[in-house]
Amino acid sequence: MSNMMYRAAVLSTIMEEMERDPNVVVLGEDVVGGMGTEGGPEAIGGIWSTSTGLYDRFGANRVIDTPISESAIVGAAAGLALSGKRPIAELMFADFIGVSLDQIWNQIAKFRYMFGGKTRCPAVIRMAYGAGYNAAAQHSQSVHQILTGMPGLKVVMPTTPADVKGLLRTAIRDDDPVIFLEHKALYATTGEVPDDRDFMIPFGHARLSRAGGDVTIISSGLLLGMCEAVADKLAGEGIGCDVIDLRTTSPLDEETILDSVEVTGRVVVVDEAPPRCGLGADLCALVAEKAFSSLKAPPLQVTPPHTPIPFARELESAYLPSVDKIEAAVRRVLAWR
Amino acid sequence: MQLSREALLAAYRQMKIIREFEERLHVEIQTGEIAGFTHLYCGQEAVAVGVCEHLSPADKIVSTHRGHGHCLAKGCDVNDMMKEIWGSREGLCKGKGGSMHIADVTKGMLGANGIVGAGAPIAVGAALASRVDGPGPDGLRVAIAFSGDGACNQGTTFEAMNLAAVTKAPCIFVFENNHYSEHTGVSYAVGTNQDIASRAEAFGMKAWRADGTDFFAVHTAMREVLDYVRAGNGPAAVEFDTERFFGHFEGDPQRYRGPGELDRIRATRDCLTKFRASVTGAGLLADADLDAVDADVMGAIEGAVAAARAADRPTAEDVLADVYIAY
Ligand SMILES: Cc1ncc(C[n+]2csc(CCOP(=O)(O)OP(=O)(O)O)c2C)c(N)n1
Ligand SMILES: [Mg+2]
Repeated sequence: MSNMMYRAAVLSTIMEEMERDPNVVVLGEDVVGGMGTEGGPEAIGGIWSTSTGLYDRFGANRVIDTPISESAIVGAAAGLALSGKRPIAELMFADFIGVSLDQIWNQIAKFRYMFGGKTRCPAVIRMAYGAGYNAAAQHSQSVHQILTGMPGLKVVMPTTPADVKGLLRTAIRDDDPVIFLEHKALYATTGEVPDDRDFMIPFGHARLSRAGGDVTIISSGLLLGMCEAVADKLAGEGIGCDVIDLRTTSPLDEETILDSVEVTGRVVVVDEAPPRCGLGADLCALVAEKAFSSLKAPPLQVTPPHTPIPFARELESAYLPSVDKIEAAVRRVLAWR
Repeated sequence: MQLSREALLAAYRQMKIIREFEERLHVEIQTGEIAGFTHLYCGQEAVAVGVCEHLSPADKIVSTHRGHGHCLAKGCDVNDMMKEIWGSREGLCKGKGGSMHIADVTKGMLGANGIVGAGAPIAVGAALASRVDGPGPDGLRVAIAFSGDGACNQGTTFEAMNLAAVTKAPCIFVFENNHYSEHTGVSYAVGTNQDIASRAEAFGMKAWRADGTDFFAVHTAMREVLDYVRAGNGPAAVEFDTERFFGHFEGDPQRYRGPGELDRIRATRDCLTKFRASVTGAGLLADADLDAVDADVMGAIEGAVAAARAADRPTAEDVLADVYIAY
């Protein structure tokens, strides 16, 4: 095991997979950082430090610094993938999917099915998502809600450095398109990570981060830590929370969710994306359909309001789910009779 | 055309306001009081001012993530902008937008923008609206898209240029080439031999090129561009060669710059220094005139910061203000 940051887990996994497989190619804006400047390539090495050193190691054919052209970045990833390569495209901020959406949605996501199964499209599209930096409406969004709704995409949102390692490796070796969502506020968090260069976590397997048996709290990403804090607090009162880290929103580990809810009968889904047609609504529908007879309370979701993300500190923190809001929702489902 | 004394003083004041606004933010940001990402416009003042001094509120501009200069030059209130950057509910966008999303449509300022390349199509729309309205006494109202050397590589910018060209929309594409998009140099990222204006020419547009650190060069070029576009000849483009004095964003270590580069551009490519040398050299204004403006501007910035610090903070209820579909 090694202790490393979430961002280092991203970089080391890419590095290892590029060493292992000459077909792995990285592309994106400033992934080299410093191209065409006096400082030279790697002067900056990627704005999230998730590509530092790749160019020096693997060269310009496999580490492609691009102009600001998200549509061409994802489109090129599609073409690389259809040509036997394993592209890892970086979109810098998740919000920029807007510019490249056709290539994600109508191209990459559809090839395998639409071409009658005659091709696979092993592209990984990485991006940093999430709020907490007062980066306002166009640099803070959580986009899993939108992308999970698109048939043909696998959607991964790791919470811990170990999960980054295991899930990103799975993503790179996967023969189908994977959206890999990295929470900005988790980049500097640290954790133990297995050293095994074949360590992989299969998609569709959630992680039970707390086991309690009285109430089920489901989340992923930054907010999972808040859910754990609530669980730890309530444990002091003798209330047991199951906290489920989804890891992937597509495929979805229905089994872990339903197994938990069949015991607890009470569910709170905590999500950073807006409430309508999102993860919360989706999982509430899941338990209503498949665990109806186990339910002892209406399932609740804790999400931001249905608004763009506001800038000011006071506004953003009021907008986001918090430990207090999660705790209140958990107490509400517990109090229901 | 010789500018009047008043026009010269106004232009200098406007550039100086932008400069000191940004220099002050550079200092204030280090205290941690200002939240979010801030991209400073220092070094490029002659472009915003040389362009916007020609415009009326009925002319529109669309800006970028590096928008403070464009906003100030187009008439956004200094205090209200400072309050917005401070995240106050009294700010120009009530603290909802912040540095990257300042807008004042009453001034014809249709928004700074956090999405690189989003602005040019919006400017074409504003120009098409002007086409619907038809010409006023001095010709058509125009819409101006400010784009960087990075934004010029977005497909949206190309689409906007073509749409403007085929519709003959009174749109002006102003390209501010400050040689960098984030940490990448133009020599790597701009494929047309680093020549951005030539892209507009490829769409059949007339294009101008000028030194963006020379207010008079910008102002003169824009006079010609505006005469051409207001007369109904369709869109046009202009590329200004300029400099950014700070990092891409506040906190950027700027390791991509060459040794001594920042000192060199501050020493030789400062639009304010050049303006002063040229007007005093020609005997149009005296140093004392400009010094008086400087003092006045410093007071205005001091006042704006004090006002921003004292302004009302937003509350949780404000999150739901201006929401038109609620659940
Ligand atoms: C669609 C999109 N892609 C990438 C970014 C990240 N980004 C912000 S500014 C910038 C560079 C812009 O360069 P340029 O257009 O030259 O403007 P400058 O920063 O020099 O003013 C980049 C890549 C973004 N905000 N939006
Ligand atoms: Mg630039």
